[in-house]
Amino acid sequence: MHGFEKKGQRMVALCMLGCLLFNFPVLALFNVPATFLGVPVLYAYIFVAWGLLIALMARVAEKRD
Amino acid sequence: MLQGWVVVATSFAYLGLLFAIAYYADRRADAGRSLIANPYIYALSLAVYATAWTFYGSVGRAASDGVGFLPIYIGPTLMIALWWVVMRKILRISKEHRITSLADFIASRYGKSALLGGVVTVIAVIGIVPYISLQLKAVSNSFTIVLQYPAIVMPAKVGAVPVLQDTALWVALSLALFTILFGTRHLYSAEHHEGMVAAIAFESLVKLLAFVAVGVFVTYGVYGGFGDVFARAAADPELRPLLTPLEGVAGGYASWAWLTILSMLAIMFLPRQFQVTVIENTDEKHLNKAIWLFPLYMLAINLFVLPIAFGGRLHFPGGVVDADTFVLTIPMAERQELLALLVFVGGLSAATGMVIVETIALSTMVCNDFLMPVLLRMKSLRLNERTDLTGLLLGIRRGAILLILLLGYLYFRLAGEAYALVSIGLISFAAVAQFAPAALGGIFWKGGTRRGALAGLAAGFAIWSYTLLLPALARSGWLPIGLLEQGPFGVALLRPLQLFGLSGLDQITHAMLWSMIANLGAYVLVSLSGPQSAEEHRQASLFVDVFRRSPEAGGARFWRGTASATDLHNLLARFLGVAAADEAFREYAQRKGLLWPAQALDADAEFVHHVETQLAGAIGASSARIMVASAVKEEALTLEEVRKIVDEASQVVMYSHRLEQKSRELEAASTELRAANEQLKELDRLKDDFLSTVTHELRTPLTSIRAFSEILARDPKVDLEQRRRFLGIIAKETERLTRLINQVLDLAKVESGRADWSETAVDLREVIDDTVGAMSQVFKERNVRLELQLPAKVPPVTGDLDRIIQVMLNLLSNAVKFCDPQHGRIGVTLAEQGSALRVEVCDNGPGVLPGDEKIIFDKFVQAGDTLTDKPQGSGLGLYICRHIVEHHGGRIWVQRAPDGEGACFMFTLPIERSAVETKTKRRRHGEESADR
Amino acid sequence: MAKKVLIVDDEPNIVTALEYLLAQSGYQVKVAQNGEEGLELVGSFAPDLVLLDVMMPRVNGYEVCRRIRERPEWQHVKIVMLSARGREVEVSKGLSLGADLYVVKPFSNTELVAQIGGLLAGT
Repeated sequence: MHGFEKKGQRMVALCMLGCLLFNFPVLALFNVPATFLGVPVLYAYIFVAWGLLIALMARVAEKRD
Repeated sequence: MLQGWVVVATSFAYLGLLFAIAYYADRRADAGRSLIANPYIYALSLAVYATAWTFYGSVGRAASDGVGFLPIYIGPTLMIALWWVVMRKILRISKEHRITSLADFIASRYGKSALLGGVVTVIAVIGIVPYISLQLKAVSNSFTIVLQYPAIVMPAKVGAVPVLQDTALWVALSLALFTILFGTRHLYSAEHHEGMVAAIAFESLVKLLAFVAVGVFVTYGVYGGFGDVFARAAADPELRPLLTPLEGVAGGYASWAWLTILSMLAIMFLPRQFQVTVIENTDEKHLNKAIWLFPLYMLAINLFVLPIAFGGRLHFPGGVVDADTFVLTIPMAERQELLALLVFVGGLSAATGMVIVETIALSTMVCNDFLMPVLLRMKSLRLNERTDLTGLLLGIRRGAILLILLLGYLYFRLAGEAYALVSIGLISFAAVAQFAPAALGGIFWKGGTRRGALAGLAAGFAIWSYTLLLPALARSGWLPIGLLEQGPFGVALLRPLQLFGLSGLDQITHAMLWSMIANLGAYVLVSLSGPQSAEEHRQASLFVDVFRRSPEAGGARFWRGTASATDLHNLLARFLGVAAADEAFREYAQRKGLLWPAQALDADAEFVHHVETQLAGAIGASSARIMVASAVKEEALTLEEVRKIVDEASQVVMYSHRLEQKSRELEAASTELRAANEQLKELDRLKDDFLSTVTHELRTPLTSIRAFSEILARDPKVDLEQRRRFLGIIAKETERLTRLINQVLDLAKVESGRADWSETAVDLREVIDDTVGAMSQVFKERNVRLELQLPAKVPPVTGDLDRIIQVMLNLLSNAVKFCDPQHGRIGVTLAEQGSALRVEVCDNGPGVLPGDEKIIFDKFVQAGDTLTDKPQGSGLGLYICRHIVEHHGGRIWVQRAPDGEGACFMFTLPIERSAVETKTKRRRHGEESADR
Repeated sequence: MAKKVLIVDDEPNIVTALEYLLAQSGYQVKVAQNGEEGLELVGSFAPDLVLLDVMMPRVNGYEVCRRIRERPEWQHVKIVMLSARGREVEVSKGLSLGADLYVVKPFSNTELVAQIGGLLAGT
């Protein structure tokens, strides 16, 4: 039961992290007319951050208790 | 190759393939080898979230405001992170209560209220209709466009086409037929539609494949990669603002945030998502994979949206081609017929997947939570007397599917042209978001009441209709447009798009803000202001505390009344068929260890509850409640009684928790005791050995002493020289005895902690010099060569001089005892090692047996086998040494001598132990002795 | 001719005492400091009686006793076991292996000499 609670808490923390990453003001930092490897910074940021968040979720979700 | 008949044939071939997959999966399920009981199929089936809206509409939205389509997929990703907490609970509740749909879930939570179930159903149907119309629009548009190949012509205005020649109608009818064949083969809705899920999972693969294919083609085939597309877009003055779109185009960050929240709720409460996530779930553990696989799917299907959107706008400048069709029109313009056909099939799969699952979910709601409760209450229909209702139930569901698709078509005719795909979909999202307060509040807050849920839903839905549905109808010309511009009756404050004068927000944000305030406010306020009925109180506690009670202890406790097993059997048979009723009875009997029908079943509370849940699996909780109530004579429980039962239940849970904990503690204690006992036994054995050894050690010198004293006493002939020698031996042996006795006493002291330790600065070099000097006579006698390696000066250590000398003497005499009898060699080394001094005493004897390195420092243990090797001491020396060294904060150990022969005993003593540490240690010692 | 006694013991002081005592009583005495040496001397010295300490390094007293009793030509040799361990099990183990007498240390000189005399009188 303890492991369940811990996992739940980690997941909630990830959700909060996501809310932070994909909202004002963090998004505004990347809303600039520049490119990263040819891709506009905002788009590159969103997809990279999204991918990282999913990777973290996978790590937490698949962890055995 | 894109002639009409090819496209139509391909479409039907694709649907046929789906049907084959579904058929195969159903067969496998019947054979007990489920195809869908694995986490990957589960995750893929969740991707029914991606519909024609995603497939065509995302590009359309991206083409007009850049990243604006992304919150629809990022929101669900964030929500899914919470699934471990929220969805696991919903899954557990739904399995225990045999929930058949979202309406059933909400109705069941608020006291199995038929009214609430009906309201949820109505909202869901009305809310989802625009969404279904979106799918019809997408399929018929794409069909029309493909048929024009090689020309690229946008479809004509809907109104212009007569109904019977309208592709959308035929699409709607085919889909209805297909869904009916597909989803209503079984009646029992709490069971899984395995065939449907398998087909949906397959469709998810097809649409992903098709979309990625177009994406790769546009990005790398038409343009020179991501960099190229974005560079060209940046060069275009019209497109440049879309690269940093957040301030202007879509109403900025507020709009982004609200879209995210909206999508978070949609992924939970869209009827089709609830269907695949909850109803079709076969194992809670599948969540572990779905939690990351499904978001990954969404990421993958969105990767190429922006390149296609920008590519399309660059390709078709001037807005002649609708951006919602870029996915299809770019391959067509590039003369890629096969790819265009694949895109068409991909769009078809996205739309059919959504339509199938959505209509099955909605038809279950309409049947179980809307029509059945009404029909069952109508006495004139005499439904209570019909023996078999299974046909009626299936008929209702099939009718509902047809009706819903026709409603979708109707909306398409009425309002379909006024909006882009995405905007239509968002209207539906906003409708289902209204379920959030009642559903989420219901599983975490026991205080939420039926009236509260009804009030919240009604208020939220009213605002939704007023701010989203009404404008849609007005813009399509079905209501006067003045309603939007001047407000009803010219009251500007009530303008649907600027309610109470709130302006500056986009339509969805505006509607969400007001509807959520109304919904949540009404839910909470009404819940707090009124009482809860007994039934509500019981359901609330069953839902909220689902993880805190055992499944068996569920609903049965709350029932009191009388019933007969035959009545219950008849009841089940009417709704499920005789075979299924028999099966339910047999299953229950088996659980009770009885053989039904040979042995009669007692129609007690638990059994009635079992029947009710079985029934709920077919016709929903509220209808089941009505039917069971009609079949048995139930004594209503008062609220007080229910409260008492709930309290008792939670007390029982508490007690059982406590009991569990106690028994765990007991178990731990008994293990400890057993270990202690083992240790005692071992100690006892060691004590015996020790006594025997000590006895031996005492008797050996005593033997000599007695023998020589008898000789001296009785034999007058002994000459003076011998007399002196014998007396010398007696004296030596007496000394040996004394030494042994001292050691035993030392041991007793050291062990009881009563030893007096003095603390002075000790020069180890001096200690070594002194002890070596003291033993020089022995070395000489035994012909032992001594090798000293001592630095000229070492820092002092703090400790008890006598004890440290004792250690040194002990190690040296050990070394003497064990070293080579003929060419004995002993090496003593002193060195600084870090913050400690290290002393080594090495001999060239037989060494310590491997494995004995640790135990020789234990009490009573001696090197070697006591029978073959004569013990060379009491077995106490090294133990006492260890005790002394460790007391000084050092360490003592043994290893093989560097040259491979003999043993090296080493110990360390820390330099300058701080005065504080010494003091605390001494105080601790003091306390310990005081305790004894 | 004087009877021959072999002392097998690794405790030098006890050996000294026994050697003196038995020589005074008129026996021809030889000393072995461990079991192996003892077995060799049983062959070469051919004693009439062996005084055997039990606890010795390498080959212990029980083992020496067993090996003497294995050889038919040594059956006549009397064996007296000396041990600082005097528990019943140990005594009976010694006797069952073929010792004629089991004496627990410390012993009385006169008694020991008398017992040895008794054992050798019959041969």
